[in-house]
Amino acid sequence: MSTLVFLEHHGDELLKSSLGVLSKASSLGDDVAGVVLGANVRGLAEGAGKHGAAKVYVADDPQLEAPLPQPRVDVLAQLVQSESIDTVLFANSVLAADVAAGLAARLDAGLNWDLVDLAQEDGKLVGKRPALQDTVYVDVGWASEPRLALFRSGSFDPAATGGSAEVEDLQVSLEDFSTGARMVDQAHEESSGPSIEDAEVIVAGGRGLGGPENFTLVEELAKALGGAVGATRAVVDAGWYPYSTQVGQTGKTVAPKLYIACGISGAIQHKVGMQSSGVIVAINKDPNAPIFEFADLGVVGDVHEVVPKLTDLVKARKS
Amino acid sequence: MKIAVCVKQVPEGSRRIDPETKRLDRSGEGALNPFDANAVEEALRLKDAGGEGEVVLVSLGPPKAQDALRKALAMGADRAVLIADDGATGADLVATSKALTKALEREGADLILFGQQANDSDGAVLWAAVADRLRLPVVSQAAELTHADGKLTVKRQTEFGYDVIEAPVPAVVAVSDAINEPRYPSLKGIMGAKSKPQETVSLSDLGVDGLESRTEVYALNDPPARGESKKIEDDGNAAQGIVDFLAEKRLL
Repeated sequence: MSTLVFLEHHGDELLKSSLGVLSKASSLGDDVAGVVLGANVRGLAEGAGKHGAAKVYVADDPQLEAPLPQPRVDVLAQLVQSESIDTVLFANSVLAADVAAGLAARLDAGLNWDLVDLAQEDGKLVGKRPALQDTVYVDVGWASEPRLALFRSGSFDPAATGGSAEVEDLQVSLEDFSTGARMVDQAHEESSGPSIEDAEVIVAGGRGLGGPENFTLVEELAKALGGAVGATRAVVDAGWYPYSTQVGQTGKTVAPKLYIACGISGAIQHKVGMQSSGVIVAINKDPNAPIFEFADLGVVGDVHEVVPKLTDLVKARKS
Repeated sequence: MKIAVCVKQVPEGSRRIDPETKRLDRSGEGALNPFDANAVEEALRLKDAGGEGEVVLVSLGPPKAQDALRKALAMGADRAVLIADDGATGADLVATSKALTKALEREGADLILFGQQANDSDGAVLWAAVADRLRLPVVSQAAELTHADGKLTVKRQTEFGYDVIEAPVPAVVAVSDAINEPRYPSLKGIMGAKSKPQETVSLSDLGVDGLESRTEVYALNDPPARGESKKIEDDGNAAQGIVDFLAEKRLL
Protein backbone atom coordinates (compact mmCIF):
# COMPACT_ATOMS: atom_id res chain seq x y z
CA MET A 1 0.00 0.00 0.00
CA SER A 2 1.37 3.35 -1.03
CA THR A 3 -0.46 6.10 0.82
CA LEU A 4 -0.41 9.83 0.28
CA VAL A 5 -1.81 12.28 2.84
CA PHE A 6 -2.86 15.76 1.74
CA LEU A 7 -1.34 18.13 4.29
CA GLU A 8 -3.23 21.38 4.44
CA HIS A 9 -1.68 24.43 6.01
CA HIS A 10 -2.86 27.80 7.22
CA GLY A 11 -0.30 30.51 7.78
CA ASP A 12 2.90 28.80 8.89
CA GLU A 13 1.35 25.68 10.32
CA LEU A 14 0.13 22.36 9.07
CA LEU A 15 -3.42 21.76 10.23
CA LYS A 16 -3.77 19.48 13.22
CA SER A 17 -6.53 17.53 11.45
CA SER A 18 -4.18 16.76 8.52
CA LEU A 19 -1.43 15.63 10.89
CA GLY A 20 -3.97 13.41 12.65
CA VAL A 21 -4.76 11.65 9.37
CA LEU A 22 -1.04 11.30 8.72
CA SER A 23 -0.53 9.67 12.12
CA LYS A 24 -3.41 7.30 11.43
CA ALA A 25 -2.03 6.39 8.01
CA SER A 26 1.42 5.67 9.40
CA SER A 27 -0.13 3.39 12.04
CA LEU A 28 -1.57 1.27 9.19
CA GLY A 29 1.54 0.94 7.02
CA ASP A 30 5.10 2.03 6.41
CA ASP A 31 4.86 3.49 2.96
CA VAL A 32 3.25 6.81 3.88
CA ALA A 33 4.06 10.09 2.23
CA GLY A 34 2.67 13.56 2.81
CA VAL A 35 2.20 16.30 0.27
CA VAL A 36 2.35 20.03 0.97
CA LEU A 37 1.15 22.44 -1.70
CA GLY A 38 1.57 26.21 -1.47
CA ALA A 39 3.97 29.13 -1.71
CA ASN A 40 6.95 29.29 0.67
CA VAL A 41 5.90 26.04 2.30
CA ARG A 42 9.11 24.02 2.13
CA GLY A 43 9.74 24.58 5.85
CA LEU A 44 6.52 22.73 6.70
CA ALA A 45 7.89 19.40 5.47
CA GLU A 46 9.78 18.86 8.71
CA GLY A 47 6.59 18.79 10.78
CA ALA A 48 5.23 16.06 8.54
CA GLY A 49 8.30 13.90 9.15
CA LYS A 50 7.75 14.16 12.89
CA HIS A 51 4.24 12.81 12.44
CA GLY A 52 5.12 9.68 10.56
CA ALA A 53 5.68 10.61 6.92
CA ALA A 54 8.67 8.78 5.42
CA LYS A 55 8.61 11.15 2.51
CA VAL A 56 7.13 14.58 1.88
CA TYR A 57 6.40 15.88 -1.57
CA VAL A 58 6.50 19.65 -1.73
CA ALA A 59 5.14 21.82 -4.51
CA ASP A 60 6.36 25.29 -3.64
CA ASP A 61 5.03 27.67 -6.23
CA PRO A 62 3.42 31.14 -6.26
CA GLN A 63 0.59 29.67 -8.36
CA LEU A 64 -0.37 27.59 -5.32
CA GLU A 65 -0.37 30.46 -2.85
CA ALA A 66 -4.15 30.98 -2.71
CA PRO A 67 -6.05 28.15 -1.01
CA LEU A 68 -8.02 27.20 -4.13
CA PRO A 69 -8.71 23.60 -5.11
CA GLN A 70 -8.17 23.25 -8.84
CA PRO A 71 -4.43 23.92 -9.12
CA ARG A 72 -3.97 21.39 -6.31
CA VAL A 73 -5.95 18.77 -8.22
CA ASP A 74 -3.57 19.20 -11.17
CA VAL A 75 -0.46 18.66 -9.04
CA LEU A 76 -1.95 15.71 -7.12
CA ALA A 77 -3.24 13.96 -10.25
CA GLN A 78 0.25 14.06 -11.76
CA LEU A 79 1.84 12.85 -8.53
CA VAL A 80 -0.60 9.98 -7.96
CA GLN A 81 -0.04 8.74 -11.49
CA SER A 82 3.73 9.11 -11.64
CA GLU A 83 4.31 7.50 -8.23
CA SER A 84 1.59 4.83 -8.56
CA ILE A 85 0.01 5.94 -5.30
CA ASP A 86 -2.95 3.71 -4.43
CA THR A 87 -4.52 5.60 -1.52
CA VAL A 88 -4.96 9.34 -0.98
CA LEU A 89 -6.27 10.60 2.37
CA PHE A 90 -7.66 14.02 3.28
CA ALA A 91 -8.84 15.66 6.51
CA ASN A 92 -12.06 17.40 5.62
CA SER A 93 -12.13 21.16 5.12
CA VAL A 94 -13.75 23.51 2.60
CA LEU A 95 -10.55 23.28 0.53
CA ALA A 96 -9.79 19.58 1.01
CA ALA A 97 -13.31 18.44 0.05
CA ASP A 98 -13.10 20.30 -3.26
CA VAL A 99 -9.61 18.97 -3.94
CA ALA A 100 -10.63 15.39 -3.17
CA ALA A 101 -13.74 15.46 -5.37
CA GLY A 102 -11.92 17.13 -8.26
CA LEU A 103 -9.19 14.50 -8.01
CA ALA A 104 -11.81 11.71 -7.93
CA ALA A 105 -13.30 12.94 -11.19
CA ARG A 106 -9.89 13.45 -12.81
CA LEU A 107 -8.69 9.94 -11.94
CA ASP A 108 -12.13 8.28 -12.11
CA ALA A 109 -11.41 7.15 -8.55
CA GLY A 110 -13.75 6.27 -5.70
CA LEU A 111 -14.12 8.84 -2.95
CA ASN A 112 -15.64 7.97 0.43
CA TRP A 113 -16.37 10.96 2.65
CA ASP A 114 -17.22 11.73 6.25
CA LEU A 115 -15.15 8.79 7.47
CA VAL A 116 -14.23 8.63 11.16
CA ASP A 117 -11.91 5.65 10.95
CA LEU A 118 -9.96 3.43 8.59
CA ALA A 119 -8.88 -0.18 9.10
CA GLN A 120 -7.31 -3.12 7.30
CA GLU A 121 -9.82 -5.98 7.45
CA ASP A 122 -9.12 -9.28 5.68
CA GLY A 123 -6.61 -7.58 3.43
CA LYS A 124 -9.09 -4.90 2.44
CA LEU A 125 -9.10 -1.26 3.37
CA VAL A 126 -12.37 -0.44 5.11
CA GLY A 127 -13.63 3.03 6.00
CA LYS A 128 -16.10 3.69 8.80
CA ARG A 129 -18.79 6.19 7.98
CA PRO A 130 -21.55 7.34 10.32
CA ALA A 131 -24.80 7.90 8.42
CA LEU A 132 -28.40 8.97 9.06
CA GLN A 133 -27.52 11.38 11.88
CA ASP A 134 -24.91 8.92 13.15
CA THR A 135 -27.51 6.24 13.90
CA VAL A 136 -25.78 3.76 11.56
CA TYR A 137 -22.08 3.08 11.04
CA VAL A 138 -21.47 1.97 7.48
CA ASP A 139 -18.40 -0.04 6.44
CA VAL A 140 -17.38 1.32 3.07
CA GLY A 141 -14.64 0.46 0.62
CA TRP A 142 -13.28 0.95 -2.85
CA ALA A 143 -13.81 -1.07 -6.02
CA SER A 144 -10.64 0.17 -7.68
CA GLU A 145 -7.43 2.12 -7.11
CA PRO A 146 -6.56 4.80 -6.36
CA ARG A 147 -8.78 5.00 -3.29
CA LEU A 148 -9.66 8.45 -2.02
CA ALA A 149 -10.97 9.23 1.46
CA LEU A 150 -12.08 12.35 3.32
CA PHE A 151 -12.09 12.12 7.11
CA ARG A 152 -14.19 14.13 9.49
CA SER A 153 -11.98 16.81 10.89
CA GLY A 154 -10.73 15.85 14.36
CA SER A 155 -11.14 12.09 13.83
CA PHE A 156 -7.54 11.40 14.81
CA ASP A 157 -5.11 13.03 17.20
CA PRO A 158 -1.70 13.81 15.75
CA ALA A 159 1.03 11.66 17.29
CA ALA A 160 4.56 13.02 17.07
CA THR A 161 6.95 10.11 16.55
CA GLY A 162 10.03 12.21 16.03
CA GLY A 163 11.00 10.83 12.62
CA SER A 164 12.28 12.82 9.70
CA ALA A 165 11.13 12.82 6.13
CA GLU A 166 12.92 12.80 2.83
CA VAL A 167 11.75 15.86 0.86
CA GLU A 168 11.05 15.71 -2.84
CA ASP A 169 10.17 18.78 -4.86
CA LEU A 170 7.38 18.64 -7.41
CA GLN A 171 7.09 20.51 -10.67
CA VAL A 172 3.89 22.45 -11.13
CA SER A 173 2.09 22.56 -14.43
CA LEU A 174 -1.52 23.65 -14.41
CA GLU A 175 -4.54 23.17 -16.65
CA ASP A 176 -5.97 26.34 -18.23
CA PHE A 177 -9.29 26.08 -16.41
CA SER A 178 -7.57 25.58 -13.07
CA THR A 179 -6.42 29.18 -12.98
CA GLY A 180 -9.85 30.61 -13.90
CA ALA A 181 -10.87 31.24 -10.30
CA ARG A 182 -8.67 33.89 -8.67
CA MET A 183 -8.42 34.94 -5.05
CA VAL A 184 -8.73 38.71 -4.85
CA ASP A 185 -8.92 38.97 -1.07
CA GLN A 186 -7.98 36.25 1.37
CA ALA A 187 -9.56 35.91 4.80
CA HIS A 188 -7.75 37.72 7.57
CA GLU A 189 -8.82 36.08 10.75
CA GLU A 190 -9.74 38.51 13.47
CA SER A 191 -8.10 36.66 16.29
CA SER A 192 -9.14 37.13 19.90
CA GLY A 193 -7.29 35.23 22.56
CA PRO A 194 -6.14 31.61 22.38
CA SER A 195 -7.50 29.26 19.74
CA ILE A 196 -10.55 27.32 20.80
CA GLU A 197 -9.25 24.25 18.97
CA ASP A 198 -6.98 23.35 21.87
CA ALA A 199 -9.41 24.11 24.71
CA GLU A 200 -10.48 21.20 26.94
CA VAL A 201 -13.75 22.89 27.79
CA ILE A 202 -15.85 24.98 25.41
CA VAL A 203 -18.99 26.86 26.31
CA ALA A 204 -20.77 27.93 23.14
CA GLY A 205 -23.64 30.30 22.51
CA GLY A 206 -26.27 30.42 19.79
CA ARG A 207 -29.22 32.49 18.74
CA GLY A 208 -31.20 31.27 21.74
CA LEU A 209 -29.18 33.71 23.87
CA GLY A 210 -31.40 36.42 22.42
CA GLY A 211 -28.80 39.10 21.82
CA PRO A 212 -25.05 39.84 21.83
CA GLU A 213 -25.20 41.31 25.35
CA ASN A 214 -26.13 37.87 26.71
CA PHE A 215 -22.83 36.37 25.59
CA THR A 216 -21.54 37.53 28.97
CA LEU A 217 -23.49 34.57 30.44
CA VAL A 218 -21.49 32.22 28.23
CA GLU A 219 -18.22 34.01 28.93
CA GLU A 220 -18.72 33.83 32.68
CA LEU A 221 -19.50 30.11 32.62
CA ALA A 222 -16.48 29.48 30.37
CA LYS A 223 -14.30 31.43 32.80
CA ALA A 224 -15.61 29.51 35.79
CA LEU A 225 -14.85 26.22 34.04
CA GLY A 226 -11.46 27.40 32.72
CA GLY A 227 -12.67 26.99 29.16
CA ALA A 228 -13.00 28.90 25.92
CA VAL A 229 -16.02 30.48 24.26
CA GLY A 230 -17.50 29.22 21.00
CA ALA A 231 -20.29 30.53 18.80
CA THR A 232 -22.58 29.35 16.01
CA ARG A 233 -22.53 30.63 12.47
CA ALA A 234 -25.87 32.37 12.97
CA VAL A 235 -24.58 34.58 15.77
CA VAL A 236 -21.25 35.23 14.06
CA ASP A 237 -23.11 36.25 10.90
CA ALA A 238 -25.28 38.52 13.04
CA GLY A 239 -22.13 40.18 14.36
CA TRP A 240 -22.63 39.09 18.00
CA TYR A 241 -19.29 37.34 18.27
CA PRO A 242 -15.98 37.13 16.33
CA TYR A 243 -15.45 34.72 13.46
CA SER A 244 -12.46 33.09 15.16
CA THR A 245 -14.86 31.50 17.66
CA GLN A 246 -17.20 30.00 15.07
CA VAL A 247 -17.71 26.26 15.48
CA GLY A 248 -19.12 24.32 12.56
CA GLN A 249 -18.77 23.28 8.98
CA THR A 250 -17.48 26.72 8.07
CA GLY A 251 -15.59 27.42 11.22
CA LYS A 252 -13.53 25.50 13.70
CA THR A 253 -13.86 21.79 14.29
CA VAL A 254 -13.40 21.13 17.96
CA ALA A 255 -13.29 18.06 20.17
CA PRO A 256 -12.97 19.26 23.79
CA LYS A 257 -13.55 16.97 26.77
CA LEU A 258 -16.65 19.01 27.58
CA TYR A 259 -18.86 21.05 25.25
CA ILE A 260 -21.70 23.06 26.73
CA ALA A 261 -24.13 24.37 24.10
CA CYS A 262 -26.26 27.29 25.29
CA GLY A 263 -29.26 28.25 23.16
CA ILE A 264 -27.96 26.26 20.19
CA SER A 265 -30.45 24.28 18.11
CA GLY A 266 -27.81 21.88 16.74
CA ALA A 267 -28.23 22.34 12.98
CA ILE A 268 -26.00 20.10 10.88
CA GLN A 269 -23.74 23.06 10.08
CA HIS A 270 -22.90 23.35 13.79
CA LYS A 271 -22.99 19.66 14.65
CA VAL A 272 -20.25 18.86 12.14
CA GLY A 273 -17.88 21.09 14.07
CA MET A 274 -18.42 19.70 17.57
CA GLN A 275 -19.85 16.19 17.37
CA SER A 276 -16.51 14.59 18.34
CA SER A 277 -16.56 16.29 21.74
CA GLY A 278 -16.16 13.97 24.75
CA VAL A 279 -19.26 15.02 26.69
CA ILE A 280 -21.93 17.29 25.26
CA VAL A 281 -24.33 19.22 27.49
CA ALA A 282 -27.10 21.19 25.79
CA ILE A 283 -29.37 23.83 27.29
CA ASN A 284 -32.25 24.90 25.06
CA LYS A 285 -35.85 25.83 25.70
CA ASP A 286 -37.13 24.03 22.60
CA PRO A 287 -37.63 20.36 23.60
CA ASN A 288 -37.52 19.38 19.91
CA ALA A 289 -34.15 21.01 19.15
CA PRO A 290 -31.96 18.58 17.16
CA ILE A 291 -29.09 19.08 19.60
CA PHE A 292 -30.91 16.89 22.14
CA GLU A 293 -30.48 13.94 19.76
CA PHE A 294 -26.72 13.91 20.28
CA ALA A 295 -26.25 15.60 23.66
CA ASP A 296 -25.19 13.41 26.58
CA LEU A 297 -27.17 15.63 28.91
CA GLY A 298 -30.00 17.72 27.53
CA VAL A 299 -31.65 20.39 29.63
CA VAL A 300 -34.94 21.79 28.44
CA GLY A 301 -34.90 25.21 30.00
CA ASP A 302 -34.21 28.91 29.63
CA VAL A 303 -30.49 29.65 29.16
CA HIS A 304 -30.96 33.01 30.89
CA GLU A 305 -31.95 31.21 34.08
CA VAL A 306 -29.94 27.97 33.94
CA VAL A 307 -26.56 29.35 32.82
CA PRO A 308 -26.04 31.99 35.56
CA LYS A 309 -27.09 29.47 38.23
CA LEU A 310 -24.69 26.93 36.78
CA THR A 311 -21.88 29.50 36.80
CA ASP A 312 -22.51 30.24 40.49
CA LEU A 313 -22.58 26.55 41.39
CA VAL A 314 -19.35 25.85 39.49
CA LYS A 315 -17.63 28.81 41.16
CA ALA A 316 -18.82 27.68 44.59
CA ARG A 317 -17.56 24.17 43.96
CA LYS A 318 -14.15 25.35 42.81
CA SER A 319 -13.54 27.81 45.63
CA MET B 1 -27.71 34.49 -18.39
CA LYS B 2 -28.61 30.83 -18.57
CA ILE B 3 -28.29 29.17 -15.18
CA ALA B 4 -28.43 25.43 -14.52
CA VAL B 5 -29.17 24.36 -10.94
CA CYS B 6 -28.29 20.82 -9.93
CA VAL B 7 -30.85 19.57 -7.43
CA LYS B 8 -31.70 16.31 -5.75
CA GLN B 9 -34.75 14.58 -4.40
CA VAL B 10 -34.21 13.26 -0.90
CA PRO B 11 -36.47 10.95 1.13
CA GLU B 12 -38.98 12.84 3.23
CA GLY B 13 -39.29 12.16 6.95
CA SER B 14 -37.49 9.40 8.77
CA ARG B 15 -34.94 7.43 6.80
CA ARG B 16 -33.70 3.89 6.68
CA ILE B 17 -31.01 2.00 4.84
CA ASP B 18 -32.29 -1.12 3.10
CA PRO B 19 -30.31 -3.98 4.70
CA GLU B 20 -30.57 -5.94 1.45
CA THR B 21 -29.11 -3.40 -0.99
CA LYS B 22 -27.32 -1.40 1.76
CA ARG B 23 -28.62 1.69 0.04
CA LEU B 24 -30.85 4.43 1.33
CA ASP B 25 -34.49 3.41 0.95
CA ARG B 26 -35.94 5.84 -1.58
CA SER B 27 -39.31 4.13 -1.97
CA GLY B 28 -41.32 6.57 0.17
CA GLU B 29 -42.27 10.20 -0.32
CA GLY B 30 -39.60 12.49 -1.66
CA ALA B 31 -38.81 16.14 -1.08
CA LEU B 32 -36.51 18.70 -2.65
CA ASN B 33 -33.19 18.64 -0.79
CA PRO B 34 -33.61 21.75 1.41
CA PHE B 35 -30.06 22.99 0.71
CA ASP B 36 -30.90 23.00 -3.00
CA ALA B 37 -33.65 25.57 -2.41
CA ASN B 38 -30.87 28.09 -1.66
CA ALA B 39 -29.30 27.38 -5.05
CA VAL B 40 -32.65 27.73 -6.84
CA GLU B 41 -33.33 30.98 -4.98
CA GLU B 42 -29.92 32.38 -5.93
CA ALA B 43 -30.46 31.45 -9.58
CA LEU B 44 -33.82 33.24 -9.60
CA ARG B 45 -32.27 36.34 -8.01
CA LEU B 46 -29.43 36.42 -10.55
CA LYS B 47 -31.89 35.99 -13.40
CA ASP B 48 -34.01 38.85 -12.06
CA ALA B 49 -30.95 41.06 -11.54
CA GLY B 50 -29.80 40.40 -15.10
CA GLY B 51 -33.25 41.09 -16.48
CA GLU B 52 -33.31 38.03 -18.69
CA GLY B 53 -32.22 34.43 -18.87
CA GLU B 54 -33.35 30.96 -18.05
CA VAL B 55 -33.14 28.74 -14.97
CA VAL B 56 -32.94 25.02 -15.76
CA LEU B 57 -33.03 22.32 -13.12
CA VAL B 58 -30.83 19.28 -13.70
CA SER B 59 -31.19 16.18 -11.55
CA LEU B 60 -30.39 12.50 -11.32
CA GLY B 61 -32.89 10.26 -9.58
CA PRO B 62 -35.84 7.92 -9.90
CA PRO B 63 -38.70 8.97 -12.24
CA LYS B 64 -40.77 10.21 -9.31
CA ALA B 65 -38.07 12.77 -8.54
CA GLN B 66 -40.02 14.93 -11.01
CA ASP B 67 -42.29 15.71 -8.02
CA ALA B 68 -39.41 17.34 -6.16
CA LEU B 69 -38.39 19.18 -9.32
CA ARG B 70 -41.93 20.55 -9.61
CA LYS B 71 -41.43 22.21 -6.21
CA ALA B 72 -38.41 24.05 -7.57
CA LEU B 73 -40.37 24.95 -10.71
CA ALA B 74 -43.07 26.38 -8.43
CA MET B 75 -40.41 28.65 -6.91
CA GLY B 76 -39.84 30.05 -10.40
CA ALA B 77 -37.38 27.86 -12.32
CA ASP B 78 -38.27 27.58 -16.01
CA ARG B 79 -37.86 23.90 -16.83
CA ALA B 80 -36.39 20.65 -15.55
CA VAL B 81 -34.29 17.81 -16.91
CA LEU B 82 -34.24 14.57 -14.93
CA ILE B 83 -31.82 11.76 -15.68
CA ALA B 84 -33.75 8.65 -14.65
CA ASP B 85 -32.25 5.30 -15.49
CA ASP B 86 -32.02 1.95 -13.73
CA GLY B 87 -28.35 1.96 -14.69
CA ALA B 88 -27.83 4.94 -12.39
CA THR B 89 -29.29 3.37 -9.23
CA GLY B 90 -26.80 3.62 -6.40
CA ALA B 91 -24.43 5.78 -8.46
CA ASP B 92 -21.54 7.13 -6.37
CA LEU B 93 -19.69 10.41 -6.78
CA VAL B 94 -17.73 9.60 -9.93
CA ALA B 95 -20.72 7.94 -11.60
CA THR B 96 -23.18 10.70 -10.65
CA SER B 97 -20.79 13.43 -11.75
CA LYS B 98 -20.32 11.72 -15.10
CA ALA B 99 -24.07 11.56 -15.82
CA LEU B 100 -24.72 15.13 -14.64
CA THR B 101 -21.82 16.41 -16.70
CA LYS B 102 -23.32 14.96 -19.88
CA ALA B 103 -26.67 16.62 -19.17
CA LEU B 104 -24.95 19.92 -18.33
CA GLU B 105 -22.85 19.83 -21.51
CA ARG B 106 -26.10 19.58 -23.45
CA GLU B 107 -27.43 22.68 -21.68
CA GLY B 108 -24.32 24.83 -22.07
CA ALA B 109 -25.27 27.11 -19.15
CA ASP B 110 -23.25 30.20 -18.20
CA LEU B 111 -23.48 29.32 -14.54
CA ILE B 112 -24.03 26.00 -12.79
CA LEU B 113 -25.21 26.18 -9.19
CA PHE B 114 -25.28 23.58 -6.43
CA GLY B 115 -26.63 23.68 -2.87
CA GLN B 116 -24.33 23.25 0.10
CA GLN B 117 -24.89 19.55 0.64
CA ALA B 118 -27.30 16.68 0.20
CA ASN B 119 -29.15 16.16 3.44
CA ASP B 120 -29.54 12.40 2.86
CA SER B 121 -25.98 11.32 2.05
CA ASP B 122 -24.33 14.36 3.69
CA GLY B 123 -22.40 14.63 0.44
CA ALA B 124 -20.86 18.06 -0.06
CA VAL B 125 -18.43 17.50 -2.90
CA LEU B 126 -20.29 16.85 -6.15
CA TRP B 127 -19.71 20.30 -7.68
CA ALA B 128 -15.95 19.93 -7.65
CA ALA B 129 -16.17 16.62 -9.54
CA VAL B 130 -18.61 18.07 -12.08
CA ALA B 131 -16.44 21.17 -12.56
CA ASP B 132 -13.39 19.03 -13.19
CA ARG B 133 -15.22 16.99 -15.83
CA LEU B 134 -16.58 20.16 -17.47
CA ARG B 135 -13.14 21.78 -17.20
CA LEU B 136 -14.68 24.87 -15.61
CA PRO B 137 -13.65 27.00 -12.62
CA VAL B 138 -15.33 26.08 -9.32
CA VAL B 139 -15.99 28.00 -6.10
CA SER B 140 -17.78 26.49 -3.09
CA GLN B 141 -19.33 27.81 0.13
CA ALA B 142 -20.50 30.98 -1.58
CA ALA B 143 -22.07 33.27 1.01
CA GLU B 144 -22.51 36.05 -1.58
CA LEU B 145 -22.57 35.85 -5.35
CA THR B 146 -22.72 38.62 -7.92
CA HIS B 147 -22.40 38.63 -11.68
CA ALA B 148 -21.29 41.56 -13.85
CA ASP B 149 -19.60 41.79 -17.25
CA GLY B 150 -19.05 38.07 -17.61
CA LYS B 151 -17.37 37.85 -14.22
CA LEU B 152 -18.57 36.26 -11.00
CA THR B 153 -17.55 37.61 -7.61
CA VAL B 154 -17.95 35.17 -4.77
CA LYS B 155 -17.58 35.70 -1.06
CA ARG B 156 -16.45 32.28 0.10
CA GLN B 157 -16.80 31.26 3.71
CA THR B 158 -14.10 28.96 5.07
CA GLU B 159 -12.77 27.84 8.43
CA PHE B 160 -10.70 31.00 8.56
CA GLY B 161 -13.14 33.70 7.48
CA TYR B 162 -14.30 35.17 4.20
CA ASP B 163 -12.35 35.08 0.95
CA VAL B 164 -13.27 37.02 -2.15
CA ILE B 165 -12.85 34.99 -5.32
CA GLU B 166 -13.44 36.04 -8.91
CA ALA B 167 -14.11 33.68 -11.78
CA PRO B 168 -15.11 34.12 -15.41
CA VAL B 169 -18.32 32.49 -16.65
CA PRO B 170 -19.05 29.75 -17.42
CA ALA B 171 -18.31 28.45 -13.94
CA VAL B 172 -19.62 26.14 -11.23
CA VAL B 173 -20.59 27.60 -7.84
CA ALA B 174 -21.86 25.83 -4.73
CA VAL B 175 -23.78 28.18 -2.46
CA SER B 176 -23.84 28.15 1.32
CA ASP B 177 -27.22 27.98 3.04
CA ALA B 178 -26.38 31.38 4.53
CA ILE B 179 -26.58 33.04 1.09
CA ASN B 180 -30.33 33.71 1.09
CA GLU B 181 -33.74 32.78 2.45
CA PRO B 182 -35.45 30.66 -0.20
CA ARG B 183 -38.88 31.97 -1.18
CA TYR B 184 -42.03 29.96 -0.64
CA PRO B 185 -43.79 29.10 -3.88
CA SER B 186 -46.86 31.27 -4.45
CA LEU B 187 -50.19 29.70 -5.38
CA LYS B 188 -49.68 31.09 -8.88
CA GLY B 189 -46.23 29.53 -8.96
CA ILE B 190 -47.58 26.15 -7.88
CA MET B 191 -50.32 26.21 -10.52
CA GLY B 192 -47.91 27.48 -13.18
CA ALA B 193 -45.37 24.74 -12.43
CA LYS B 194 -47.75 22.12 -13.75
CA SER B 195 -47.39 23.42 -17.31
CA LYS B 196 -43.62 23.94 -17.25
CA PRO B 197 -41.51 21.52 -19.33
CA GLN B 198 -40.23 18.51 -17.37
CA GLU B 199 -38.04 16.27 -19.48
CA THR B 200 -36.92 12.79 -18.44
CA VAL B 201 -33.83 11.42 -20.18
CA SER B 202 -32.03 8.08 -20.01
CA LEU B 203 -28.29 7.56 -19.87
CA SER B 204 -28.25 6.45 -23.50
CA ASP B 205 -30.11 9.66 -24.48
CA LEU B 206 -27.07 11.47 -23.08
CA GLY B 207 -24.61 9.17 -24.82
CA VAL B 208 -23.48 7.52 -21.58
CA ASP B 209 -22.74 3.81 -22.13
CA GLY B 210 -22.94 2.87 -18.51
CA LEU B 211 -22.00 4.14 -15.11
CA GLU B 212 -19.48 2.45 -12.92
CA SER B 213 -19.32 3.30 -9.24
CA ARG B 214 -15.91 3.09 -7.63
CA THR B 215 -17.01 2.81 -4.02
CA GLU B 216 -18.68 -0.07 -2.20
CA VAL B 217 -20.73 -0.63 0.91
CA TYR B 218 -19.78 -3.74 2.90
CA ALA B 219 -21.82 -3.70 6.07
CA LEU B 220 -24.14 -1.72 8.32
CA ASN B 221 -23.29 -1.62 12.01
CA ASP B 222 -24.68 -0.08 15.15
CA PRO B 223 -22.91 3.10 16.18
CA PRO B 224 -20.46 2.80 19.06
CA ALA B 225 -22.29 3.33 22.35
CA ARG B 226 -22.14 6.96 23.34
CA GLY B 227 -23.10 6.25 26.87
CA GLU B 228 -26.53 6.91 28.16
CA SER B 229 -28.10 10.13 27.06
CA LYS B 230 -30.19 12.00 29.60
CA LYS B 231 -32.75 14.74 29.14
CA ILE B 232 -34.18 16.78 31.98
CA GLU B 233 -36.71 19.62 32.19
CA ASP B 234 -35.67 22.65 34.19
CA ASP B 235 -37.81 22.81 37.29
CA GLY B 236 -35.45 25.30 38.90
CA ASN B 237 -32.86 22.63 39.76
CA ALA B 238 -31.40 21.91 36.32
CA ALA B 239 -28.17 23.79 37.09
CA GLN B 240 -27.59 21.48 40.07
CA GLY B 241 -28.42 18.53 37.78
CA ILE B 242 -25.70 19.63 35.36
CA VAL B 243 -23.16 20.02 38.19
CA ASP B 244 -23.96 16.51 39.47
CA PHE B 245 -23.66 15.10 35.96
CA LEU B 246 -20.28 16.81 35.39
CA ALA B 247 -19.03 15.63 38.76
CA GLU B 248 -20.05 12.07 37.94
CA LYS B 249 -18.10 12.34 34.65
CA ARG B 250 -15.13 13.77 36.59
CA LEU B 251 -15.28 16.97 34.61
CA LEU B 252 -15.48 19.19 37.67
